[in-house]
Amino acid sequence: MSEITKQSLSELIKNIKDKKLSSTEVTKAFVERSEKSKKLNAYVTEDFSAAIDKAKKFDENPNLDLKLPGIPMAVKDLFCTKNVKTTAGSKMLNNFIPTYESTVTQNIWNEGAILLGKLNCDEFAMGSSNETSFFGNVQNPIDKDLVPGGSSGGSSSAVAAQLTPITIGTDTGGSIRQPASFTGTVGLKPTYGSCSRYGIVAFASSLDQAGPMAQNVKDCALLNEVISSYDEKDSTSIDFKRNNYSKELTNNIKGKKIGIPKEYRIDGMPKEIEDLWKKGIEYVKDCGTEILDISLPHTNYALPTYYIVAPAEASSNLARYDGVKYGFRADGENLIDMYEKTRSEGFGAEVQRRIMIGTYVLSSGYYDAYYLKAQKVRKLIKNDFDEAYKKVDAILTPSTPSSAFKIGEKTNDPVSMYLNDIFTVPVNLAGLPGISIPAGHDAKGYPLGLQIIGKAFDEQNLLNIAYAMEEKINFKNKITDWWIK
Amino acid sequence: MSKDKSEYLINRKDNQYEVVIGLEVHAQVTSESKLFSTSSTKFGAEPNTQVSLVDAALPGMLPVINEYCVKQAIKTGIGLKAKINKRSVFDRKNYFYADLPQGYQISQFKDPIVGEGKVILDMPDGQKEVGIERLHLEQDAGKSIHDLDPKNTFVDLNRSGVALMEIVSKPDLRSPYEVNAYVKKLRSIMRYLGTCDGNMQEGSLRADVNVSVRKKGTKEFGTRCEIKNVNSIKFMQMAIEYEANRQVDLIEDGQSIDQETRLFDTKKNETRSMRSKEDAHDYRYFPDPDLLPLEVSDDFIEKLQLEIPELPDEKKKRFIEKFKLSPYEATILVSDNETSNYFENVIKKSDVKLATNWIIGELFAALNEKNLEIIESPISAGNLSKLINLIKDGTISGKIAKTVFEHMLEEDKDPKKIVEEKGLKQESDPKALEALIDKVIDDNREKATEYKSGKVKLFGFFVGQVMKVSGGKANPQLVNEILKKKL
Repeated sequence: MSEITKQSLSELIKNIKDKKLSSTEVTKAFVERSEKSKKLNAYVTEDFSAAIDKAKKFDENPNLDLKLPGIPMAVKDLFCTKNVKTTAGSKMLNNFIPTYESTVTQNIWNEGAILLGKLNCDEFAMGSSNETSFFGNVQNPIDKDLVPGGSSGGSSSAVAAQLTPITIGTDTGGSIRQPASFTGTVGLKPTYGSCSRYGIVAFASSLDQAGPMAQNVKDCALLNEVISSYDEKDSTSIDFKRNNYSKELTNNIKGKKIGIPKEYRIDGMPKEIEDLWKKGIEYVKDCGTEILDISLPHTNYALPTYYIVAPAEASSNLARYDGVKYGFRADGENLIDMYEKTRSEGFGAEVQRRIMIGTYVLSSGYYDAYYLKAQKVRKLIKNDFDEAYKKVDAILTPSTPSSAFKIGEKTNDPVSMYLNDIFTVPVNLAGLPGISIPAGHDAKGYPLGLQIIGKAFDEQNLLNIAYAMEEKINFKNKITDWWIK
Repeated sequence: MSKDKSEYLINRKDNQYEVVIGLEVHAQVTSESKLFSTSSTKFGAEPNTQVSLVDAALPGMLPVINEYCVKQAIKTGIGLKAKINKRSVFDRKNYFYADLPQGYQISQFKDPIVGEGKVILDMPDGQKEVGIERLHLEQDAGKSIHDLDPKNTFVDLNRSGVALMEIVSKPDLRSPYEVNAYVKKLRSIMRYLGTCDGNMQEGSLRADVNVSVRKKGTKEFGTRCEIKNVNSIKFMQMAIEYEANRQVDLIEDGQSIDQETRLFDTKKNETRSMRSKEDAHDYRYFPDPDLLPLEVSDDFIEKLQLEIPELPDEKKKRFIEKFKLSPYEATILVSDNETSNYFENVIKKSDVKLATNWIIGELFAALNEKNLEIIESPISAGNLSKLINLIKDGTISGKIAKTVFEHMLEEDKDPKKIVEEKGLKQESDPKALEALIDKVIDDNREKATEYKSGKVKLFGFFVGQVMKVSGGKANPQLVNEILKKKL
């Protein structure tokens, strides 16, 4: 048997079910490695001793029929966890301990998994490099001083560094797929409405979606099966027939039609990305699929649209952090003074920037020109995909326009930072499922990802294509454990 | 002020001004739980005991629409003869305040659940139609309590998230008494429907009052001021009267009126500026992304239509046609469901005319004096009905009936028993009466002679004497007949 933390989720489950490993052994192994990996700064809150206690309890009377029997797992610190501090990467919630559990994490614990701790992320999930977190940068295990992507940067780092066998992130404009791409891991953003948003600290309600992050497609499928559920507590949750994604997973995608959107060939795209995409096309062809050139004509407008819609919703969603009821409060002369000081000190620069943008685009006199217009463009972007899906079953694109960049490289250039999400935001705007799988390395040896975009509710097909491609690509992540002395 | 009761005008030197009023009534939806959460809405609970995670706006909490509140709003819309919008949208109205946990109020802005409708007012000089612009659903905020501590403000979130219907009238009202009639009629309709209890003391019904004035005969509206959150009909009337006069004075003085939001100070009986148009909040309304557009089917509306009871206007029509009541009597008796139910119960077994008079007269006076609602009436409809029958069949006179009624107010007993116990039965035996009358004539020989010689006015004296001697029990009709013969 290989080292515990090197095992995939599926292997760990098999070993636990076969009684070759106990939950305690597995949990201890991940706790130990996590303890040795503090340099990565992946955790905001560690819950290690409670995790080991829970594992021991599981082992006393193991229910091996569960889907995640005794599997330890750390989650993004955007999911509210009962009695465990939930910060959303912000000073504003640095003292916030929920009395309730998010539906997605509850689904996970219901299947036997055990919370290891809460993973670092960009503040209120606003960022593409995990540099906006109040709790500091996260290191990418791929290389020193490299960003792990964002906003689910703690999650991608932790999975790539094998501090947790799997994890969950949230994706508003690419926050699962981009960090997965930067760390050589697999990240799925399910269809909007698949996973309940109940108990997830909101960023942009019409775009936010939780999703699984894993080392391979099969693990990703299994975790999606666990977290995807209809929830009456979320009015945007959709009651559709969900598959047993891991059981129904197949590499037989013969005859599927894969679309290649010409608008994703953007100006100034590095040749490495272009080459990777070409290789990707060859891989799916090899799987017996048919390649079709398609057009998504409004792609160019996706990023500006996103940066109107998301901040608009965020400006309103974050209004509740006012120092009155919970969270951080700065003293003030009066109510207004207290508001201003609390929000100036409690929120970081990027969050403040987006609140201001959002407030501006919703202001009377600007609403029609910005917000309303953006909603109309959003509809056009969705229509583009609807048109495309009349001809194809899925769409193949690069996940990001570049590989991971250095910490600090883009912090002073928000627009260049926002460009990271150019291939991922259209998917959120259209509410579609998208997955990023590792597909190769650039010249520096950093991982690069390919994105497959599916039809709404068609996660199974999406996962199947990813699964088939994964087999052909045979990607090996280069993790040197540089952070462990 | 104009003497003509039908027209409310403000007179200054050579000018007469008309007052134009529109109301935004906030009516609390009668519902066990809140608009987007399952917390109780019960009035009077300890502060902050009816607050869910959603009401307190904890991170990650999401609103889920309460279907019952939607039904209540649609029913109210039907009661207002209004257009029900099959698709409506919840928007966020963004502003910061300590008692607004979300930092926004969920309301309906562009697409309300109910569109245009109307309310008919019964004014002394006839009916008046008041247009309804719209009705929308929204959340109430919590309550800031400023007077419990010299330095701090306390917040009670029990009301936070309670469902309100905002009912916006067209600027069709022209006087404080029309406003009085309008609010009462609106409240009556909602009470019939069971969609709002209309309890103003508990804050279930409040209004923002828009007031403007214009010279009589002009068509354009003047600049309006909005008087916020007035919580009694009396205060609404007082506020309008003050505000209209203030505006007229400004115009007469050659000044212009600023469009602004004002507050009514009930102690000083004046309105004060709260904020000008320039300082008005920019609420940054946008559709709430946590909620999908609200869509209701024809079937859903039709089912609710079947639950609509007979409403005051229809009931009034029926009372006039079926029971031959005057419009005045009918208006009073249908003003609320309890009164009309009481009336209909009384007349099941008794005379309509007498019942109408007794309810509108004696009963209402007694209830008024005791400050009771009709459902709290000390006299049940059944017993009042029996009393009326005792009058009708001559067992007691109308006068004795009033005595019995007094006893009934003390104790809700069968009036027959009271009559027996107190010996109040009317004396209708002609022989017994003749004996009585003979004695009275005998005792007053002189007056009898005077009467016979033409002083007919003395007849009343004899009737009075007979009644007195009989202890008020003598049947007045028989007394009259016999006396005439004997004298």
